[in-house]
Amino acid sequence: MSTRTVKVDYLARVEGEGAVTVKIKNDKVTDVKLRIFEPPRFFEAFLRGRKYSEAPDITARICGICPIAYQMSSVHAMERIFGLQLTGQLRALRRLIYCGEWIESHVLHAYMLHAPDFLGYQDAIAMAADYPQVVKNGLKLKKVGNEIVTLLGGREIHPINVRVGGFYKVPSKREMDALGAKLREVRPIAEEFVRFAASLPFPAFEKDYEFVCLSHPDEYPFNEGRMVSSKGLDIDVSEYEMHLIEEHVKHSTALHAYRRGHGPYHVGPLARYNLEYAKLTPAVHALAKEVGLQPPVNNPFKSIVVRALETLYAVDEALRIIDQYEPPTKPAADYTVRAGTGWGVSEAPRGSLYHRYTVDSDGVILDAHISPPTAQNMKTIEDDLWHFAETALDLPDDQLTWQCEQAIRNYDPCISCSVHFLKLEVVRE
Amino acid sequence: MPAERKPKLAVWKFASCDGCQLSLLDCEDELLDVAGAVEIAYFPEATRAVVRGPYDVSLVEGSITTPHDAKRIADVRKQSKFLVTIGACATAGGIQALRNFKDVEEFTSYVYATPGFIETLDKSTPIADHVFVDFQLRGCPVNKYQLVEVLSAYLNGRRPNTPPHSVCIECKRRGVTCVMVAQGTPCLGPVTHAGCGALCPSYNRGCYGCFGPMETPNTASLAAWWNERLGAADADIVRAFRGFNAYAEPFRKESEAYEHANSQG
Repeated sequence: MSTRTVKVDYLARVEGEGAVTVKIKNDKVTDVKLRIFEPPRFFEAFLRGRKYSEAPDITARICGICPIAYQMSSVHAMERIFGLQLTGQLRALRRLIYCGEWIESHVLHAYMLHAPDFLGYQDAIAMAADYPQVVKNGLKLKKVGNEIVTLLGGREIHPINVRVGGFYKVPSKREMDALGAKLREVRPIAEEFVRFAASLPFPAFEKDYEFVCLSHPDEYPFNEGRMVSSKGLDIDVSEYEMHLIEEHVKHSTALHAYRRGHGPYHVGPLARYNLEYAKLTPAVHALAKEVGLQPPVNNPFKSIVVRALETLYAVDEALRIIDQYEPPTKPAADYTVRAGTGWGVSEAPRGSLYHRYTVDSDGVILDAHISPPTAQNMKTIEDDLWHFAETALDLPDDQLTWQCEQAIRNYDPCISCSVHFLKLEVVRE
Repeated sequence: MPAERKPKLAVWKFASCDGCQLSLLDCEDELLDVAGAVEIAYFPEATRAVVRGPYDVSLVEGSITTPHDAKRIADVRKQSKFLVTIGACATAGGIQALRNFKDVEEFTSYVYATPGFIETLDKSTPIADHVFVDFQLRGCPVNKYQLVEVLSAYLNGRRPNTPPHSVCIECKRRGVTCVMVAQGTPCLGPVTHAGCGALCPSYNRGCYGCFGPMETPNTASLAAWWNERLGAADADIVRAFRGFNAYAEPFRKESEAYEHANSQG
């Protein structure tokens, strides 16, 4: 019996630090461990004693890739405490800034971090030598996503313009029209990328997942709705912690999540697409049909196509909001600070992000709890590796290792975000 | 004649949010040019490929918070001709340096169900506390144009041009009305290092100090102004200086002065 050890010291093209060990004995996978060694930063601990108004600025620093998600979940949780619900243009502007983050983050992941795997390149720069137009188009599209965030947020990373109640300053009609013109220019790139992504070679791998996401009655979800799943979960966000549980495991500084009485679950683009497909636009439906990717999609490798479709949705949704824009009279709604507990869930590009805060009557934070999407997916990623590695055991070590890495990248894992780096190791005994 | 060797660039991560290194990937117009001018030898966020050191320029993101990282930064220094820290974590310890003012054991047990699994130092410290740093680029996050300027400077053998004056100067140059004088909004602009382009004041809010202290900041005078003229409570002043650059010395001292006053009062 042959014994092989395959080892990679650092999982690349993910955000943050982690490692994976896949143990194989007699052509059977005997153990899989996804280890996170991103050093702990203790956000929840030092949020105590800070003002409610600082939460969006502080929690943005959990993740430089999806700061808007942190800002959105935190402001919605605070507004729930103060009994404030935004309507009209301020609510629409929050969807718009989120469209910007989805475009920027999905394009970064799909074009620059994930596509090279399918085509056998080490990175997007190497891929650019053979696919110059694809990479250049990706950068162009990503740039417009960043421009949305910059106009509404002040800068693309850790924006400064989001606050409880709305914004510090709102854009002028002219600025929005100029942004709309740029979006119209790159829209064909977003369409073309769906076709490109759908033409990539996909490993035949499917699993029966429990998909979980936010669900709004009329809209593809960003900031509001109930938590639903493909296996019967349907709860208010305040009931989140009663159903979706986190467990601290020894090999990781992140926490593993499961649904009480069920098991691990899957958040992110695939979950939203499978559960909320009906709320996408006719243009997205038509393209999904053209490339033959309608729900249910149970192959996580196809998440790259779903990201491309969600990017197109975000472009169209941004255009809808821009076309209907009238500057609101005030940049933020009024509210009165009061003591209480509030919950907020929003759909980060990589899945549902939950925040809970308790504040006192001066708005000082007494207690904070944050559950990032990558932490929720961690157990599902381990399970995928377990099953996927078994289907790919005849591959040489370097290929097997690469494909396991690719299987992890299906989740666009943001390990900094799971409050917490990757090292991949396949051990054959 | 052999082709001239391209300088080797490495990007390293310690405790951080990945935002500063993402700034490099956010240079959509410059990225392919940068990739043409240097050999990207080590940049795990962007590539699987690893080229062995030594490296001509190392960009270091993040602060030192674990015994393992304290050893790793020494190794990075040995392999690097120029070591440049990027961002508030690497330059000042970052937001995670808020633990430095508290009991890290209590923090660990608050966040993790099984604190015994967690290995951490009791302080989050800047890179310069551990190894010699050639240049520090400020910001939470760094300004991507300043990042390209720093790379360009090192590739061309000159010092980077990143002015050390305050955000106030940037406001004046942009013609932004002073939010503190005109609206009575507390602002850290007078003591904060330039680089953002007076972003917050241009959005009608006070600067929250994400670029850290300017050269020779008069924090005591600013804090007194906030206190006496704007009615800021001691606790508000402590929180203001205890942000993304809390452990940078001028900010740390000022927050400690007011925390002390608070506990007396």
